[in-house]
Amino acid sequence: MDPILDVRNLHVSFDTYGGTVQAVRGVDFALKKGETLAIVGESGSGKSVTTKALMGLVAKPAGHIPKGEILFDGKDLTKLSNKEMQKIRGKDMSMIFQDPMTSLNPTMKIGKQIMEGLILHQKLSKKEARNRAIELLDLVGIPDSTKRIDQYPHQFSGGMRQRVVVAIALACNPKVLIADEPTTALDVTIQAQILELMKDIQKKMDTSIIFITHDLGVVANVADRVAVMYAGKIVEVGTVDDIFYNPKHPYTWGLLGSMPTVDGNDEKLIAIPGTPPDLMNPPKGDAFAARNEYAMQIDLEEEPPLFKVSDTHYAATWLLHDDAPKVEPPEAVKKRMKGNISAGEENRS
Amino acid sequence: MNKEKILEVKNLKQHFQTGRKSVVKAVDGISFDIYRGETFGLVGESGCGKSTTGRTIIRLYDATSGEVTFNGIDVHGTKSKKDLKKFNRQMQMIFQDPYASLNPRMTVKEIILEGIQIHGLIKSETEKMERVEALLETVGLNKEHATRYPHEFSGGQRQRIGIARALAVDPEFIIADEPISALDVSIQAQVVNLMKELQEEHGLTYLFIAHDLSMVKYISDRIAVMYFGKIVELADSEELYKNPLHPYTNSLLSAIPLPDPDFERTRERTIYDPTQHDTEDAEFREVKPGHWVLCTEEEYKAYQDK
Repeated sequence: MDPILDVRNLHVSFDTYGGTVQAVRGVDFALKKGETLAIVGESGSGKSVTTKALMGLVAKPAGHIPKGEILFDGKDLTKLSNKEMQKIRGKDMSMIFQDPMTSLNPTMKIGKQIMEGLILHQKLSKKEARNRAIELLDLVGIPDSTKRIDQYPHQFSGGMRQRVVVAIALACNPKVLIADEPTTALDVTIQAQILELMKDIQKKMDTSIIFITHDLGVVANVADRVAVMYAGKIVEVGTVDDIFYNPKHPYTWGLLGSMPTVDGNDEKLIAIPGTPPDLMNPPKGDAFAARNEYAMQIDLEEEPPLFKVSDTHYAATWLLHDDAPKVEPPEAVKKRMKGNISAGEENRS
Repeated sequence: MNKEKILEVKNLKQHFQTGRKSVVKAVDGISFDIYRGETFGLVGESGCGKSTTGRTIIRLYDATSGEVTFNGIDVHGTKSKKDLKKFNRQMQMIFQDPYASLNPRMTVKEIILEGIQIHGLIKSETEKMERVEALLETVGLNKEHATRYPHEFSGGQRQRIGIARALAVDPEFIIADEPISALDVSIQAQVVNLMKELQEEHGLTYLFIAHDLSMVKYISDRIAVMYFGKIVELADSEELYKNPLHPYTNSLLSAIPLPDPDFERTRERTIYDPTQHDTEDAEFREVKPGHWVLCTEEEYKAYQDK
């Protein structure tokens, strides 16, 4: 089946006084219909910038796309004018942002904010749009929707506000939904509700979702496939089982090892030493080499290509080269790879 | 473990007047003890009063009623300036947001030295510089950082500066209010490891406030769960995770997503319904040695059989 969205060799750069920051340095991925692709990585890894490029939200003139294609519906989105992009944004592709307080307009009733897209894209009359908005509020689980539609954002709690943002994003039945850390600002119980809501809606509407997060627990919960980003590149991509049970890239090991397990061992967490590289002057060779205890001479000289692990699983590390020494992942990561559930967790379920 | 109490909180209440007739009961009668050398975790969702508890303990707020005793001395009792200074030195705080908790117009050296200067701990300039350098090294920064300003650092580095500032006056007790929530996962691990190391080296006692239950479990010896201004359960962290008794603790634990896809596929979330049980008659009872639950007489009996 053809992918609904195909990103090829995408580069995004920002001009600053200090020089050009190469935030995204060649990203390839395809998004299939109805699947959820999670993009994980630290802040500054380029995950948000990648999705902003998809939505045509890279701030010009400082930000630009020097290379690459974003193929959607037979069109290359990087070539479209702002006006053409406006027809796609909010209709075929829409976005849920991290902070539901700043992504809603505090001076507008939430009903009007939901209706905006419906009137603009679907050419509904005001009355039709209002009825549809009430349906949407019901869909995202806001009780008393006929009354709530005439309220302002400050009258809603954080979780309820995020539901409103989801309703706006879903208003025109988008084919692609981009969620940029949609639950990071929320409490765990509310987070669980929003994640359940998104999965539920995906099932009903067959939406494709790109889910950005740095919480690997959330990834395990929502994703079908996972792309791990580091320093503007995808360093490992695979199905959710590939990434959690058979990770190949040392950076992925580091991410998995830095999360405590709930089974009560008092081992030290594996912290990834150091900080991500400066993308104004990306290092030669593998960008992760400086923080990688398994780095070899070649990592400092040449960038690793994406090695194929299986049909669904690729990783960019020289460790997968035939000549590389066989390296075992750290103990804490190996334990996860078996996927065994400890006594404590069994007790909880 | 040495069971000497360093901090005793008794029936602490912190009510805020928000209008002529409305009062927010942010903390509504909580009691717990913290033993010397342990890490006491305080978890709960936003608005449950966990941060207010921390801030009231360190006297950032005056308590509405109740008692906080630190090293045998009443924290909220009237004190001379001298006693107050002594208290402030023994108890320090690390804040959530490393961007907002450091003065942007002060250099790292000035930030770290502020406490030392107020307490007049070190007089000579060269010794002060040595102390700053030693502290920076302790928290994993280097001495060249002393002359820089906060904006020149990443979030993780800033949190290290916040920790160095707290350590500068040799405190016994540190309140860490969500010290890692604003940091990236890999950096969180660095900071948590650092806090554990420092605890061993300096014999510190921590009150660790957070909403991230997996991290709290990792760092804490004992954990208290707060819900709407009340502690609903308190137990050893192992016991709390293996054998949660209060339905709210259960729902909170069942909501944490774990980095394990197979587990996530089969996960069933339990939802807490506060109307399900009588909260009026509930009292804080010790169900098992060291395991306290807010419950009624009836529930108490049921829990004991579990």
